[in-house]
Amino acid sequence: MRAIVIGLLIAAVAGCGGEQAAPRQVVLVTHDSFAVSKPVLRAFERTSGFTLRILQTGDAGAALNRALLTAGTPEGDVFFGVDNNLLSRALGEDLFEPYESPALDRIDPQYVLDDEHRVTPVDHGEVCVNVDRAAFATEPAPTSFEQLALPRHRGRLVVENPATSTPGLAFLLATIAHFGEDGWQSYWRALRENDVLVVDGWEEAYTQRFSGAGGSNGDRPIVVSYASSPPAEVIFAGKALEEAPTAVIASTCFRQVELAGVLRGARNPEGARALLDFMLGERFQRDVPASMFVFPVREGTPLPPAFERFAVVPERPLELPPAEIGENRDRWIGEWTDVVLR
Amino acid sequence: MCLPAAFLALFFAYPLAAILARGLGDGLPWDVLGSRSTLGVLWFTAWQAAVSTAATVLLGLPLAWAIARLDFPGRSLVRALVLVPFVLPTVVVAAAFLALLPDGAERGLVAILAAHVFFNLAVVVRIVGSFWGRLDSGLWDAAATLGASPVQRLRRVTLPLLAPALAAAGTLVFLFCFTSFGVILLLGGPTYATLETEIYRSAARLFDLRAAAALSLLQLAAVGSLLALAALVERRLGGAVPLAGERDVVRRPRGRERLGLAAALTGAAVGLGLPLAALVERSLATPDGYGLGFYRALGEETAVLLVAPWHAVVNSVLYALAATAVALVVGGLAAAAIARRRAAWLDALVMLPLGASAVMLGFGFVIAFDEPPLDVRGSPWLVPVAQALVAAPFVVRIVAPALRSIDERLHEAAAVLGASPARIRRELDLPLVLRALGVAAGFAFAISLGEFGATVFVARSDWPTVPVAIFRFLGRPGALNAGQAAALAVVLMVLTAAAVLAADRIAVRRGAL
Repeated sequence: MRAIVIGLLIAAVAGCGGEQAAPRQVVLVTHDSFAVSKPVLRAFERTSGFTLRILQTGDAGAALNRALLTAGTPEGDVFFGVDNNLLSRALGEDLFEPYESPALDRIDPQYVLDDEHRVTPVDHGEVCVNVDRAAFATEPAPTSFEQLALPRHRGRLVVENPATSTPGLAFLLATIAHFGEDGWQSYWRALRENDVLVVDGWEEAYTQRFSGAGGSNGDRPIVVSYASSPPAEVIFAGKALEEAPTAVIASTCFRQVELAGVLRGARNPEGARALLDFMLGERFQRDVPASMFVFPVREGTPLPPAFERFAVVPERPLELPPAEIGENRDRWIGEWTDVVLR
Repeated sequence: MCLPAAFLALFFAYPLAAILARGLGDGLPWDVLGSRSTLGVLWFTAWQAAVSTAATVLLGLPLAWAIARLDFPGRSLVRALVLVPFVLPTVVVAAAFLALLPDGAERGLVAILAAHVFFNLAVVVRIVGSFWGRLDSGLWDAAATLGASPVQRLRRVTLPLLAPALAAAGTLVFLFCFTSFGVILLLGGPTYATLETEIYRSAARLFDLRAAAALSLLQLAAVGSLLALAALVERRLGGAVPLAGERDVVRRPRGRERLGLAAALTGAAVGLGLPLAALVERSLATPDGYGLGFYRALGEETAVLLVAPWHAVVNSVLYALAATAVALVVGGLAAAAIARRRAAWLDALVMLPLGASAVMLGFGFVIAFDEPPLDVRGSPWLVPVAQALVAAPFVVRIVAPALRSIDERLHEAAAVLGASPARIRRELDLPLVLRALGVAAGFAFAISLGEFGATVFVARSDWPTVPVAIFRFLGRPGALNAGQAAALAVVLMVLTAAAVLAADRIAVRRGAL
C-alpha cells in the first residue's frame, strides 16, 4: 500500500514537476568532454548573478546532432563544442543567434571563424598521432605520415572513423591537407594495406586499443589522439612521473578550434551572452588546459606547468579553410569509406 | 490497468512515436529496410540472440536448481551475488573480459557469447529459481515411488512444471541479447553489428534519422512478434501448480546431489567469479602497488565530474529507490491486469521498452517534451522514470506467472466464505506473490542501479549516477581515471549484492507460508 502511495506521488511529481522557467538560470549544452573547475564555475555565478546548469549530451558529434535535432526549441541557452570541421553543419541548420562579445578583442583573431559572430572560439586543441613510448624503446618511433605506412609499422596504427568521430575527421582532413586532393586516397590505400584498425570513437581507440593509455590492455602503439594527451597521461597517472609515457608526432597535427554560440530560441539569451563573455574571460581561459586538456584562445593566457613541460604546441598545425571543409566534407567522408572500409 | 497504460503511453509510446515520425517524414524507407546489409544485420542480431539465450538457459539451470532446492552454507549470498554481473556497465566488464580471455578469443563471437551469458545468467537463475523453489516436492517423491528414473523425472515432471518460468526468463534474455549494444561494440570489434548498434550509429553519429527510424521500426516489429509468440507460449504453459513453502522444499543435498551442487558452484565461481575478481584486482592495482588509492580518490573533487565521485553513489541509490517504487507499481498493476484479464496488448506494451533502442527513446524525449507544460527536459524525475521503463518488464515477467500459478479454487473458496474481491487480493494473492514481488524488487533496484543507455540521456551532469560517472572516467586518459572507474564498479557490485540480499531476506521472511 505504501509503495503505491509513494509511486503515485512520484508519478504526480514527474507529470508536473518540470523545471519552472527560472530566468536566473543559464543552461550550457555541451559534450561529455566539457569540464570546468568548481571555483571558476562559482565565479561566474557570483559575478553574473545567474546560476549555471551544465547539460552534457554525448561526445562532440552526438552532442551536436542532438542540438541540431532541437534547433529552435533548444534544451539550453548556450551550446559549446562545435568545431571548425563540423561548423558548416551547425550554421546550415541555423542553430545559433549572432552575438559579438566585447571580450573578443583579446582573442587571437586567427581563431575567429565566422564574420557574423554566430559562433565564438573558446579553445583550440590539435589532433595529432600519438605513440606509446614504451613500445618504441628499442627502435625509432615514426615521425611522419609517410612512415606510418611503412611495413615495420604494420598493424600498429588505430584511427577513428571520420564519419562517426571528430578526431577521426580531423585526421582525415590532416591527410588531405598534407597529401592534397590527388594524393590522400592512395595514402589511405597504403594504410589499409598496412592493416590500420578503424574504430567508431576516440574512447575505443585511445582507452581500449592504444597500448600507451594508462590502465589499458590495448596492443596498438600508435593512435590518433590530441596534442594534449601526453600531459593528460602525466596529470592523471596517479603518481609523479618524470616523463610522459606517450609522445606526439608533431608533423601530423591538425588544427581543431572549439566554438560556442547563443542557441536560437534560448529562454535566457541575456544569461547566454553573459556566459559567452565569461568563457572568453581570463578566469575561464586559464582554467581551460587543466580542465579540458585543450589550449586557450585568449592572448597571453599562461599554461599550467605540466603543459609547459609535456605538451607539444605545434607552431604550424595543418589547416584547411572552413569553407572548403564545409563544401567537401561529406564527399570526402564518402570517398574515404569506399577506400578504407569497403 | 489505467495507471500502467497511461505511464507507458506518456513516457514510452509518445516520445518514440515523435522521433519515428520525424525520421519517417517522407514515408517508409524501403531502400534501407530491404538492403542487403540491413538483412544481414537483422540475421546476425537474431541468431546471436538465439544462441546466447540457449547457452544462458542451459548454463543457468544447474545453478537455479542448486539455489532453489538445496540448502548449503552461503546459499543466500550466492543467490545475491549472481545478480551482480547483471548491473555492471558493459564498459567495465569488457575490460575485465579482455584481460581474461585467451589471445585470439578476445574479440569476436566467442567473447560476445561469453559476455551475454555472464550478464544474463542472473535472469535465468533467479526467475526460474524463484519458481522452482515453490514447487511441492511431493510430485518428485511420487514419481520416484512409481519408479521414474532421474532423467524421466527431469523430463516428465521438472521441465513441464518449470516451463512458464523458463519461457519468461528466456524471453527476457533473448530481448537483452537482441538489443545488445555495448557487448557487441566493445567485444565484437568493428565487423559485428546488431540492429541496436546500427541505430545508434545512424542516429547519434551519422545523424541519419531516416535510417535510424527505419531500423527502429524493424527492431520493434521483430521484438513485437517475438513478444506475441512468448505471451502465447507462456499462457498455454501457465496454470495452477502445487505450491509449497520454502521450508518444505529446501533440504540438505544427499548422495549424488552433492556432486551436482559442487559442479554448479564451481561453474559459477569460474564463469561469474573470475571476471568480478579481475575487476576488484584492477581497482586495487594502483601505480604504486596494491592499495586503496583509487577508492580514496572517489572522495575528492576531479576534473572529470562536476561533483566528487562519491556523490554519484548517493544519487544512484536515491534514483534506484524511486525507480524501484515506480516499476513495482506500474509493473505490479500491469501484472495483475495481465494475469486476470489476459490483457495481451498491455503485456506487449510493458515489454516493448526492452526492445526499443535507448538512443531513439532518448532523442524522442528530447523532441517530444520540448514545449511547456510538457517541457520536463532537465527534470531529475526523468531518471527514475526512464529506469522504471526498463525495470517494469521484469516485475511483470516475475509477478504475472506467480499470480497465474495461484489455484483458482482458493479464490472460489475465499469468495464462498464471504471475502470481498479486495480482501481476496490483499489477504490471499498478496502474501502468495510476496516472494515474487521481493525478487522483482531486487531486480528492479539492481537494473535501475546499473541502467546506462537511457539514464545517460536524461541524467543531469551535476547529478550523475555511478554508471554515468564510470563512463565519464573511462572517457579520459590516465591510469587514475581508469582506476577510479574500476573502484566505482566495485562499489556498484557491493551495493547491488547488499540490496538484493536485503530484498531476499524480507521477501523470504514475509512470504513464508
